[in-house]
Amino acid sequence: MAFTAFASQATVEQAPRKRSWIALVLLLPGIAYLVLFFLAPLISLIITSFQQPVLDGDIGEYTAGFQWQNYTDALGEYWPLVLRSFGFALIATVLALAVSYPIAYFIGVKARRFPLLQSLMLTLVIAPFFISFLLRTLAWKQIMSDEGPIVQFLKTIAILPSDGHLTGTAFSVIFGLTYNFIPFMTLPLYATLERLDTRYLEAGADLYASPFTVFRKVTVPLSMPGIISGTLLTFIPAAGDYINASRDFLGSSSTAMVGNAIEANFLVLQNYPIAAALSIVLMAVILIIVGLYVRRAGTEDLV
Amino acid sequence: MAIASFAESGADLQLTGITKRFPGFTAIEELDLTIPAGSFFALLGPSGCGKTTTLRLVAGLEEPTAGQILIGGKDVTSTKPFQRPVNTVFQSYALFPHMTILENVAFGLRRRKLGDPVGKAHEALKLVELDHLASRRPAQLSGGQQQRVALARAIVNRPALLLLDEPLGALDLKLRRQMQLELKTIQTEVGLTFLHVTHDQEEAMTMADTVAVMNKGKIEQMGAPEELYELPRTAFVANFLGQSNLFTGEVVASGPDHIAVDVAGVPIVVPRTRAQRHAGEIAIGVRPEKVSLLTSAPLPESGRNVLGPGRVTDVSFSGVSTQYLVDVPGVGELVVFAQNMVFGPVVQVGASVWISWNADHGFGLDDDPGVVPRFVPDASTESIAIQRRIALEEELEQA
Repeated sequence: MAFTAFASQATVEQAPRKRSWIALVLLLPGIAYLVLFFLAPLISLIITSFQQPVLDGDIGEYTAGFQWQNYTDALGEYWPLVLRSFGFALIATVLALAVSYPIAYFIGVKARRFPLLQSLMLTLVIAPFFISFLLRTLAWKQIMSDEGPIVQFLKTIAILPSDGHLTGTAFSVIFGLTYNFIPFMTLPLYATLERLDTRYLEAGADLYASPFTVFRKVTVPLSMPGIISGTLLTFIPAAGDYINASRDFLGSSSTAMVGNAIEANFLVLQNYPIAAALSIVLMAVILIIVGLYVRRAGTEDLV
Repeated sequence: MAIASFAESGADLQLTGITKRFPGFTAIEELDLTIPAGSFFALLGPSGCGKTTTLRLVAGLEEPTAGQILIGGKDVTSTKPFQRPVNTVFQSYALFPHMTILENVAFGLRRRKLGDPVGKAHEALKLVELDHLASRRPAQLSGGQQQRVALARAIVNRPALLLLDEPLGALDLKLRRQMQLELKTIQTEVGLTFLHVTHDQEEAMTMADTVAVMNKGKIEQMGAPEELYELPRTAFVANFLGQSNLFTGEVVASGPDHIAVDVAGVPIVVPRTRAQRHAGEIAIGVRPEKVSLLTSAPLPESGRNVLGPGRVTDVSFSGVSTQYLVDVPGVGELVVFAQNMVFGPVVQVGASVWISWNADHGFGLDDDPGVVPRFVPDASTESIAIQRRIALEEELEQA
């Protein structure tokens, strides 16, 4: 089924149960790690999101409470940012998929007979990771700056008005997101396409399917596991990203995403409860979207 | 789509001057082949002889380096696979793992936008007795069932030409027999042209009307199974289809009906009509089951060839018959198949025997005697082991 990447198969046979202390002991470090570094901070974050300010206290001083208004305040003030985050993430995911699929198909299927070319191209896909994410994004800011060649060229051919910019626009933020997450899309796609049995494609062609129909009816369904993992690996971090949209990088105040609001509330305004509430909202929305997506893609008869 | 209706009946296939070169080697050399409509044609040969390449060329999955492919009189050489009125039952079955059995079978019908694909798919599944599994996925079926689904998926489209690429290779003997019968029945019922590629000589001989034996990219001999077996023209055919005892020698006498060949000092008589060459050094042969084993020197009799005395070097019992290896000085080892009319072997290892056969049963080959091996010990355990290994390697390749 399509979902091998994330869910185990429903018909896994139960191994005979054995009382084994060794298994428990081996699991202990992992469990301890999760409790200490995931569960505890999560609970702390939830508690923070309900805190209330201390009367006559300093800025950033809060006390335990049960202030529901934090959530309504956060959403009331930042709902456009939440919407923008998911909109940008969605567009970036679709673009990354469109760019990555041909790359992954070429490396995984066409270049199969040339292992050297295959490894070279894979290295090129991973190569950007050798340079810091921040530096690469800053470099794009330079390239797309008003004095940069791209803007000059676009102005010359009158696609961009003479007072137009690229940086600080939705375009540059989505571009940055797409660019930064392409490897995360390409690698899982490559992993499934690399195992694609081309004999199915031949069978499709033999059964009167044109190359496009073979792609639509055979290749895409068979690469569904890669598409699902790739889109999730792109969408989830892109929705919470605050680097690309930050005004220090490719964004401006008009392109701020929810990550920027969380950053500002935590680090600048020291409004911890609002920041925590926004984080929880972001997490919850992502969980709901991903849950629905996985459910639909996983149960859909991929025909 | 290309073809929007069922083929009325099978179409004939014509290959003219087909050559296929891959980087580094030539798979097929100047192949000419005509398969009449409605026939069951088998391409038989060892692995690597070019038979699967021929099939893929007809299906359009490979492009010929030179030559023409005509299906039903129409030149399809430059058309894409999906435009050809041809369906293939793949060696690996290649059933789409993400679709149900029913959708697999309906796939071709849907592509051609033919009416009632689901109904027709059910009908085809009934034909192979698998309709009750229509909603399953290929992975939930056994190898034999998958094979039948692959067959249903191909014949449901009523192609003018059905290509079978060793589709029975992965089945056990009993199931294979059953499927061979089913295929034959379907072929006569539906009237399609079948092109069957196999390395199993028995399968080719039991199923096909015409068999072409292929070797190194060329067709060695083509004809009805009986004809190929009884009158092989080359040493390759003589040894690939069953076993043969081959001898070489100079023609010493040439009459209107018979010629005699000197084999280690003994004149061996062969009917003139059954010999491809009639003068000089030639290669002749006889099938092991045509030879009888004698424990005493027979009286000279016209119309019978006698060699001996020789020593029995091996006796192996195989149920219906017993196989004897006889070493005749100056000639080499010969194989004799004797039916088990009595209990147990007639002679033991080490016994001194004569072998004799009806002169009308011999055949003369077309090969240059220099390249013909005296006797190809196809029955030796070594060659059986090699054959097993080749078969296993092929299976592994598919997996």
